[in-house]
Amino acid sequence: MVDTVTSEEQTANVNKGLDPIVKYENVHKSFGDVDVLKGINLDILPGEKVAVIGPSGSGKTTIIRMLMTLEEPTSGHIIVDGKNLWEMEKNGELVPANEKHLRQVRGDIGMVFQHFNLFPHMTILENCMTAPTHVKKMSKKEAKEQSIQMLEKVGLGDKLDNYPNQLSGGQKQRVAMARALVMRPKVMLFDEVTSALDPELVGEVLEVIRDIANEGEMAMVLVTHEMEFAIDVADRVLFLDEGVIAEEGPPSEVIQNPKNERLQTFLHRFLG
Amino acid sequence: MTLERVISINALIEIFPTLFQGVKITILVLLGSIVVGYFLAFIAGFCLLSNNIILRTLTRFYVEIFRGTSLIVQLFWLYYALPMLFNIDLGSNYLAGVLAISLNYGAYMSEVVRGSIVAVAQGQREAATALNMSRFQRMRLVIFPQAVRMMLPEFGNYLIQMVKATSLVSLIGMKDILYYGDRFRFSEISMTPIVLFLALVFYFIIALPLIFLTRKMEDISKKGVAS
Amino acid sequence: MNWNNDLFFQALPFISKGIWITLSLTIVCYVFALIFGFVWTFLKRIPNKAINWVVTWTMEFIRSTPPLVQLYFIFYAWPEVPYVGMTLSPFTSAVIGLGIHFSTYISEVYRSGIESVDKGQWEASTALNFTTKQKWTKIILPQAIRPTIPMLGNYLIILFKEVPLAATIGVVGILHLAGDFGSQHFRNIEAYTVVALLFLLMSYPSALLVNKLEKKMNMKFDKKATNGSKTLNDSEGAVS
Ligand SMILES: Nc1ncnc2c1ncn2[C@@H]1O[C@H](COP(=O)(O)OP(=O)(O)O)[C@@H](O)[C@H]1O
Ligand SMILES: [Mg+2]
Repeated sequence: MVDTVTSEEQTANVNKGLDPIVKYENVHKSFGDVDVLKGINLDILPGEKVAVIGPSGSGKTTIIRMLMTLEEPTSGHIIVDGKNLWEMEKNGELVPANEKHLRQVRGDIGMVFQHFNLFPHMTILENCMTAPTHVKKMSKKEAKEQSIQMLEKVGLGDKLDNYPNQLSGGQKQRVAMARALVMRPKVMLFDEVTSALDPELVGEVLEVIRDIANEGEMAMVLVTHEMEFAIDVADRVLFLDEGVIAEEGPPSEVIQNPKNERLQTFLHRFLG
Repeated sequence: MTLERVISINALIEIFPTLFQGVKITILVLLGSIVVGYFLAFIAGFCLLSNNIILRTLTRFYVEIFRGTSLIVQLFWLYYALPMLFNIDLGSNYLAGVLAISLNYGAYMSEVVRGSIVAVAQGQREAATALNMSRFQRMRLVIFPQAVRMMLPEFGNYLIQMVKATSLVSLIGMKDILYYGDRFRFSEISMTPIVLFLALVFYFIIALPLIFLTRKMEDISKKGVAS
Repeated sequence: MNWNNDLFFQALPFISKGIWITLSLTIVCYVFALIFGFVWTFLKRIPNKAINWVVTWTMEFIRSTPPLVQLYFIFYAWPEVPYVGMTLSPFTSAVIGLGIHFSTYISEVYRSGIESVDKGQWEASTALNFTTKQKWTKIILPQAIRPTIPMLGNYLIILFKEVPLAATIGVVGILHLAGDFGSQHFRNIEAYTVVALLFLLMSYPSALLVNKLEKKMNMKFDKKATNGSKTLNDSEGAVS
């Protein structure tokens, strides 16, 4: 355990000199008159693995959904690779982004959902191939090769022609990861990807994420309740509470040595 | 321009009371159809569930014939043919109109009645049996009250269908809204657009409370059915 | 009893000639309604409260007023409307009148089909950066269309039974011919019985067909689900 922590601290140190790939600047989000996020400031470095923990309803999902452009911030800015995500420049003025601008910036982001959201009318292979062919305009042959390669990596090379409803939850989630990975995003978002799974299927999914994380080049934001896993994989952990990042730092501090009282209570439930 | 407007306002004053005469007939036909139609729906619905095979087959026969043909055909058949065939004079076109509409929608709604009872019974039979209820008690106390709630939204929809169906009675000589709306065609043809549009508005005003009622019924039914 | 068999068998071929008009009117109306239903669905998706209100109540108005009056309006009144009015043939009037009336129902079918697609499918296709058009054509519509097919089949049958209304504005389908036959012979019973029989003959088998289609589709889904759980058990064994 101690070993892993040091090696990850090293990765984090290596990345320190870089410009952030994602930057949240004072981001607020409210639904109606409920203020869910009250000023989020956050830099994510290229290749960095960030775990987000916090009580249910604290806004973890909302944070990453705004980055995936599934939810629009009420105020503040999100910068992706130097480009403003939700605003664009028009005649020297900042105006709300249109779909074209969103598509340009969104290309760097990928996401894996809690409920997989596989396309039920397509085979596993087609699920993976469809975006590279139609969005990235890759040739069918190339898209197929890369998809198969990715599916083999997640251990599903033998299920190419199956349909999603013929797979177990763990397998579905691994397909969803392969599908997102073939798009080669610079940042990958994981929203509690194991919490819809039967307990005995969680391991296989976490295993795959660990493998991806070890490759290193892609930044990852992991919303999770798996504390052991977060300690293993994350460079940095954020504790989200009452709409703000209440504590952040390496897992050795945030999870294993929490200062915030509410964080201590929260962790108590998971670590016992 | 102003002259035209004056004319059309005068015309409106003339049209309104004329069309209004028809409202009474339309509503009378509607009320009759609703009462007889729902009555038939429940009777036929229960017959479709009966253990008596003859009763069940006969009812099925009625339902399929009336669902398989057009209301307008049924109306003409009843109006022209029935008196000749059996030598019974239906007495008035009112009776023919109400009978046609209620036989038609009774057939459709009997399926709603049957379907709802079957759906509820499947879920609740065991619970009711465990309470040692008789077959009749089970129906009266457990199944029927829930099934009725389940029927409500569909019943509401058929109410609106019946409003529309009443317009057919003008074809057998009844003086309903459409009859008066159509009469202007022969006297003052340039008025037909406004008159027929107003006729549509009259029908819509009759349907409007039923639209809201249907929405209300949908709410009630969402609340009260065990799923 | 007062029934004339000879007359019945005379009426049968005479009235049957109208089947083609009745059927082709049904088909043309249906296609019109399918297309126009699309327009409503599209209009209703415009994210503007005022437009939405107007579209919703226009549809409600068309849906809850009698198609017979609407036919009269299009056939008799439309030519008298200043500037935009024009004379339309009975057939065209019926296509427009019944077509628009049914398009409001068809549009609801489309809506329910689209809503039956899980919200997650939209989100996944956004996450994969599809264009709006690609989302519709590759992801949403392929899933939305299937469950609507039995409902659309049902509306075809309902429309078929509504088409004889067009006889009132002079479309010479079976009902109109029955009226002609009746007035020629001063007896209506045999003619209208023929019409009723013809309708039963055509609509009852179609209804059975749609029912079968509905059941088959439900079964397909059930079967897939059980298949799924079967392989699910298998694979669980393989993984652990
Ligand atoms: N689309 C929405 N409309 C209204 N409220 C929402 C919506 N999405 C999320 N919320 C609310 O925002 C809060 C944070 O939600 P979420 O980000 O899903 O929390 P978490 O993922 O941490 O459990 C919750 O109180 C939730 O009810
Ligand atoms: Mg969440």
